Amino acid sequence: MFEELNDLYQQVIMDHSRKPHNFGILAGANCCARGKNPLCGDQIQIFLSTEDHVVKDLRWEGDGCAIFKASSSLMTDAIKGKTTAEVKVLFEEFHSLITTGKMSEDHHLGKLAVLSGVNRFPARVKCALLGWRAAMSALEGNPQSVTTE
Amino acid sequence: MSTRPALSGYRKDFPALHQKVHGHPLVYLDNAATSQKPQVVIDALSNFYQCDNANVHRGIHELSHRASVAFEKTRERAARFINAQHTEEIIFTRGTTEAINLVANAWGSDAVKEGDVILLTEMEHHSNIVPWQMLARRTGAKLAFIPVTGDEGLLDLSRIDEFLTSKVRILALTHISNALGTINPVSELCAKARRMGIITLVDAAQSAGHSPLDVREIGCDFLALSGHKMCGPTGIGCLYGRLDLLETMSPWQGGGDMISNVDFHESQWNKVPHKFEAGTPNIADTIALHAAMDYLDEVGRERIAAHDTEIGSYAFEQLKRMGKIRLFGPREERSGLVSFLLHNIHAHDVVTFADQQGVALRGGHHCTQPLMKKLGVSSTSRASFYFYNTTEEVDHLIDVLRGIQKFFGE
Repeated sequence: MFEELNDLYQQVIMDHSRKPHNFGILAGANCCARGKNPLCGDQIQIFLSTEDHVVKDLRWEGDGCAIFKASSSLMTDAIKGKTTAEVKVLFEEFHSLITTGKMSEDHHLGKLAVLSGVNRFPARVKCALLGWRAAMSALEGNPQSVTTE
Repeated sequence: MSTRPALSGYRKDFPALHQKVHGHPLVYLDNAATSQKPQVVIDALSNFYQCDNANVHRGIHELSHRASVAFEKTRERAARFINAQHTEEIIFTRGTTEAINLVANAWGSDAVKEGDVILLTEMEHHSNIVPWQMLARRTGAKLAFIPVTGDEGLLDLSRIDEFLTSKVRILALTHISNALGTINPVSELCAKARRMGIITLVDAAQSAGHSPLDVREIGCDFLALSGHKMCGPTGIGCLYGRLDLLETMSPWQGGGDMISNVDFHESQWNKVPHKFEAGTPNIADTIALHAAMDYLDEVGRERIAAHDTEIGSYAFEQLKRMGKIRLFGPREERSGLVSFLLHNIHAHDVVTFADQQGVALRGGHHCTQPLMKKLGVSSTSRASFYFYNTTEEVDHLIDVLRGIQKFFGE
């Protein structure tokens, strides 16, 4: 019935949305931020522990759709251990992937590439971006609530 | 009556319903957000621009005369549509939201003082909460909310007399809840409020195109409605206000048309209703709203209300039989919409999957965030029906939802 959606809702995405990685609160985090999609009610709180511009550890909590949860979960796996500069590059690559479906030849996306199908569902781009926006905001030392509207 | 076609016979009047979406015939179940438009309304809109386009109330030439007459005829039609006593009791607004803002500003700024109470219900749309919060902030008044019973979504009226205190200036409540499908006993509540000298406002956005509406029977002081949810164009709605009340109110926006005389330092206001309609109004959409009201009365609003109850109850029962679902709204006497959550599947995923099968649903908080918080959810999926929807479409919805449950392993 839903052949067109197999690409968007791949098994990896379903697994991450059911059992998100790095889920919970991180005691001793030094960067935190909240994010929210006011139109749909998706929300996230993210806690990062950084040292010398490296993401040492992170956790997140939130409630929302499968795409949002899978994207946030995959994001936390992807940025753990990376420097702030590397995270920034990755975010730009990811943003380009889910808005245009394009990847450069030397991309660093790894597992994040499973979200490439999002680009064909413009209404869901913001779901895939919310966790990233919250993480970027936390790394920039900006704890206020971010939105993707 | 007997010569009118069955309601499904009116489907052919709606061009937008006859299309495929993602390769499937469109099943449009987002009517609480906005209804589709019949050809007569689309024609009224294009005819105006093709033949009669001119500004109103200020031209002497023929086209301006035609536009002014058609514009004011809609006011008469709208008064008849809701059984207002006087044509002047109809003020054109952009929609329900602007109508409520008008009351909160024009009436509220003079009538509401520090310590007064503005009484709402927990099931209000943001448009019937936020303008009152802004008024409360300006005046020092407080908000109070008649509670909702829970998932069943009824107003808890067991302690209503404790809410209707002498401090309450206005009771503003929705006629039909856009998130739950509850039909509120507005006549009874307006009567209770009136006995306490409390002004009443009814948000009729969800009811105006769905059931007969009689402001004198309801006994409200104000009533707000939107054209686009009742076969009319977007950007046009009405505020009904009791004439003696409107006459005491100050204007809220200044500009052309709302004045009788302007000097450099002072002006005198035009009479009601023009006092509340500053600037060039939405002429074309107003005139098309006339066509929508005629059309709805040709279909028959009693029939639409009966169909709403029937299809709403049918959908509710079918959803219940699916299992692994949480249903919101009344078990009985519901309007034509169902709000639900499939276990462990987010509303937005449901809407994306349904869309792929041509079914247009709404997922989200339905502009009722406080209600969603009360129910302990962030969003629900909603299917909202109109007279052109059929039980076959409901059956298709159920098939699609079962498919989604299967996909998600539920």
